[in-house]
Amino acid sequence: MKRTLLALLLITTLFTSLACERRGGTGTSGGGTGTILVGYYGDLSGRTSSFGQSTKNGVEMAADEINKAGGIDGRQIQIITEDDQGEPNKAATVVTKLINQDKVVALLGEVASSNTLAAAPKAQEAKVPMISPSSTNPAVTEIGDYIFRVCFIDPFQGEVMAKFAAQNLKAKRAAILYDFNADYSRGLQQFFKRSFTGLGGEIVSEQSYTQGDRDFSGQLTQIRGANPDVIYVPGYYGEVGVIANQTKQLGIKAPLLGGDGWDAPQLWELGGAALNGDYISNHYSVDDPSPAIQKFVADYKARFKILPDALAALGYDSMKVLADAIRRAGSTENTKLRDAIAQTKNFPGVTGSISLDPARNAVKPAVVLKLQDLKFVYETTIYPEGMTPPTNATSSTTGAPATAASPATSPAAQK
Amino acid sequence: MDTFVQQLINGLNIGAIYALIALGYTMVYGILRLINFAHGDVYMVGAFAGYYIALNLGLSAGPSLFGLFIVLVGSMMIAAIVGMVIERFAYRPVRKYSRMTTLIMAIGVSLLIENLFVARIGAAPRAFPDFLGSQSQQPIQLFGNAAISKAQIIIFMVSIALMLVLQYIVFKTKVGTAMRAVSFNLNSAKLMGINTDAIISLTFAIGSALAAAAGVLTAQYNPNIDPLMGILTGLKAFVAAVLGGIGNIPGAVLGGLLIGAAETLVVGYGAHVGIASTYRDAVAFAILILVLLLRPSGLLGSTVQEKV
Amino acid sequence: MPTFIKRILALVVAVVVLVALNAYMSRGGLFGFGVPYYYVEIINLTGISIILAVSLNLITGFTGQFSIGHAGFMAVGAYSSVFLTVYYSESAEQWLTGIVGATLAQSLVFLVVILFGALVAAVAGLVVGIPSLRLRGDYLAIVTLGFAEIIRIIILNIDAVGGATGFRGRVPPWDGRLLIPAYANFIWIGGFAIITIVVVHNIVKSDIGRALISIREDELAAEAMGVNTTRYKVLAFVISSAFAGIAGALFGHFRQFLHTNDFQFIRSIEIIIMIVLGGMGSIAGSVLGAIVITILPETLRKLPGDLYSYRLVIYSALLILIMLTRPQGVMGAREFGLSWLKRAQKRPEGDKPIDEKGVPIAQQTTVEKPKEI
Repeated sequence: MKRTLLALLLITTLFTSLACERRGGTGTSGGGTGTILVGYYGDLSGRTSSFGQSTKNGVEMAADEINKAGGIDGRQIQIITEDDQGEPNKAATVVTKLINQDKVVALLGEVASSNTLAAAPKAQEAKVPMISPSSTNPAVTEIGDYIFRVCFIDPFQGEVMAKFAAQNLKAKRAAILYDFNADYSRGLQQFFKRSFTGLGGEIVSEQSYTQGDRDFSGQLTQIRGANPDVIYVPGYYGEVGVIANQTKQLGIKAPLLGGDGWDAPQLWELGGAALNGDYISNHYSVDDPSPAIQKFVADYKARFKILPDALAALGYDSMKVLADAIRRAGSTENTKLRDAIAQTKNFPGVTGSISLDPARNAVKPAVVLKLQDLKFVYETTIYPEGMTPPTNATSSTTGAPATAASPATSPAAQK
Repeated sequence: MDTFVQQLINGLNIGAIYALIALGYTMVYGILRLINFAHGDVYMVGAFAGYYIALNLGLSAGPSLFGLFIVLVGSMMIAAIVGMVIERFAYRPVRKYSRMTTLIMAIGVSLLIENLFVARIGAAPRAFPDFLGSQSQQPIQLFGNAAISKAQIIIFMVSIALMLVLQYIVFKTKVGTAMRAVSFNLNSAKLMGINTDAIISLTFAIGSALAAAAGVLTAQYNPNIDPLMGILTGLKAFVAAVLGGIGNIPGAVLGGLLIGAAETLVVGYGAHVGIASTYRDAVAFAILILVLLLRPSGLLGSTVQEKV
Repeated sequence: MPTFIKRILALVVAVVVLVALNAYMSRGGLFGFGVPYYYVEIINLTGISIILAVSLNLITGFTGQFSIGHAGFMAVGAYSSVFLTVYYSESAEQWLTGIVGATLAQSLVFLVVILFGALVAAVAGLVVGIPSLRLRGDYLAIVTLGFAEIIRIIILNIDAVGGATGFRGRVPPWDGRLLIPAYANFIWIGGFAIITIVVVHNIVKSDIGRALISIREDELAAEAMGVNTTRYKVLAFVISSAFAGIAGALFGHFRQFLHTNDFQFIRSIEIIIMIVLGGMGSIAGSVLGAIVITILPETLRKLPGDLYSYRLVIYSALLILIMLTRPQGVMGAREFGLSWLKRAQKRPEGDKPIDEKGVPIAQQTTVEKPKEI
């Protein structure tokens, strides 16, 4: 009997402790005036926690800048952060919490598309606008009219690298080595393949691995046998650094091509000199001379002691786009805010000029960077179909002082 | 042909790592009939011990075999202590309970080590210093396109040397005789005056040191280390131990090499027989199920009668 | 009162309570009183955890066979049932709607879908169980673990269920529903949680249950007494997998999105922690464990950032601590709170005090026994 009571007591305690949270959450409502509550959710303790952490840094830095400058119409922004451990199920739960308990007016997140796909329906159902900083899977914004993103999507990024390989590197034969477990990697693999073959190239070998693999020599040996001109590796930095290493150990000379998943400080420690001569597509370049970007890079470095990767920049931009929309809407009411975000046009972000298309995806150029001596060096900018490159350097926020049509190599831009 | 030879070299290389880890599993299982789930994490601890030794001694500056030696020995010692601590404070108190209790304890220890690391340093991968200069060096050409890198040669040689040392300890020394006696029958060994607790402790120390060696060596070839690296590798090494015949030391080596070779060959040639390279990680487990169906005692193991 | 009337009464009460609670938790609320949606979500997830924990307890707690791949069977149930819903259920539902009305048609279709998930998971259980259950228990542990991994890799390879992107509805060029319908509400989840508890409880109290417990206590002795140990082990394993499949089916139709990352090794471990915490061989313990382990992480969110990241450390330390100090778990083999169930049972000699365990053998948990050498 004592045990029964003890057990019941335990359960009651748990439920009441949940209930307490509710009172705390409703205290500062995101209504008409007062603090603006914005929810951020991401992986802060799982396998992809470095992504979640970078994005969080960017978001917080943007919010602090806005608050220091007097907030939005005098209202301060407060970011409420929740950890989803990189699991889709938990992502949906924490978004439910942010919406229903904390009553946030808008949501920022996630990085991994699978987590955003799990969480976005909750935001759509509750009609709370959500901006994903870096989920590149096309399906994400298809969930509904409250879901936006400030990054380009997989088809475009795959196409950028295919164009660059075929037109700038004059490659005819490409091999692909992709992360089978990551939909990001599979998306890029698919669209690279489509574009590259469309441009007259040939895919000579396709190999895969899964995140956490320790050895890639089997796949690379097969690729070596196919004798490609370039090897497309649309994976994450952890594996890519090692792949670069093992590529060199097997005596493969073809350069590796990658995507924004490579962008992390650890890449250099893992791959080192083995990465020389490889190329990636990315959202922005820290080497970009434009004052806005240099200020962002300097501020970030001063605050977090490391260089901002693309995820930090995208997190920063997502917060800034949201703040801009709140300012234009003059309110945090959900329908007005949604419409204001949808109308975002030529917003000068760190990761380029951001305009949202009717499908709520950002239309913006990508940069191609060359890996040389432990640095990303700006190579060229590639614009999406139908977007004309800016004609003078001053209006360019991507740092491409390019006047050339896409795709353009402008050696002058290299510093 | 050169592709095949290359795949074989790759396979044996990764297999040597599995073999080193499998030895720890097989020794502990031989004595305690316990699947030491934490063993894969000891391998991870070994890799991180090496990483921090290198960091603190400033050994990461350039390629040096001496640096590798220091890191290897240091991490083996640390891992041996970790293994003994785990045995003393987690397994010994529950040894008298049922097998299920010890198994859950093993899982608990494994989770504790992983989560402690994740909470302290995060799950993001770190780069192990490159002592062999493999980032910049060209491999040694064999014939055709087949090549072998310096890292591969050293991994293989050190693994073989460690296995020979183990073989010597187990079969030629007094301690080894005691270990075999304990593994044969713990109670009888105790009656013969063997300090079984000390022998079990020593077994954990040796097994853990070998796992740490595997951790440091594999990091020379694949510098990507993270707190969760031991899970899958550990499981595959366990499968290797079962394949060779659990409790059997040469069997663990054979099993490790076979699993390593099978994996790379599936990547290389699986497509010809309808197995995508994506099934690579499933291969070890498929082998396990086949072994259990066809020859439960493993390749080199003898059938053990269940005692009442 | 005759027993069957009691049973019917219990059933009616259960249904009424479920429907009322469901209405209370729905968006509209009951008579204007509602539960915040966040709690509703946690309560539903708790219900699913209860099904998982109680079903795992049948094989691990009562039969003494250590399975660490429960999430794999859950994944099988989830993906197979959602696959059926997305690609094949729409026309059946429309056809039934014409006959019995929308609500009933939907319920019937969902029931079939759940049973399909359970069936597929049960078949998977049979396939895994037959080779490994012939051997000693440790192998089962490692084979179930391996099986769960293989399942995950196979699912990742099937594009019709979304592959690595995750499954939220039809995948071109397949025709089917655009989104997974949100069939599972508290009536279904709570109802199946109760069904799981009742079924497992009844199995344990039956002859089969005695055979299972005898296997746990001493497999050789059980065999010597004429118990066909392999048959009973496989049977328990298949039933356990089927319920895991049901939990998966409910999860899929509740979450409306499936991704293999939700069915990893750590998920299986979580279920084991639930039953270890509650006490192996106690259904009430499993329920308690499931509630605590599902709700605890949410309450821990209030901890300051640093401490929160240590919650998984606390979990594993808890597991070790329980094994060191109380290997039989909080509840041991005791039951509580099932008096209403027991009343519905055939008990000619009347109710016993609830703290009296039903199964005498179960009281002596495996753990006190010295290790055989």
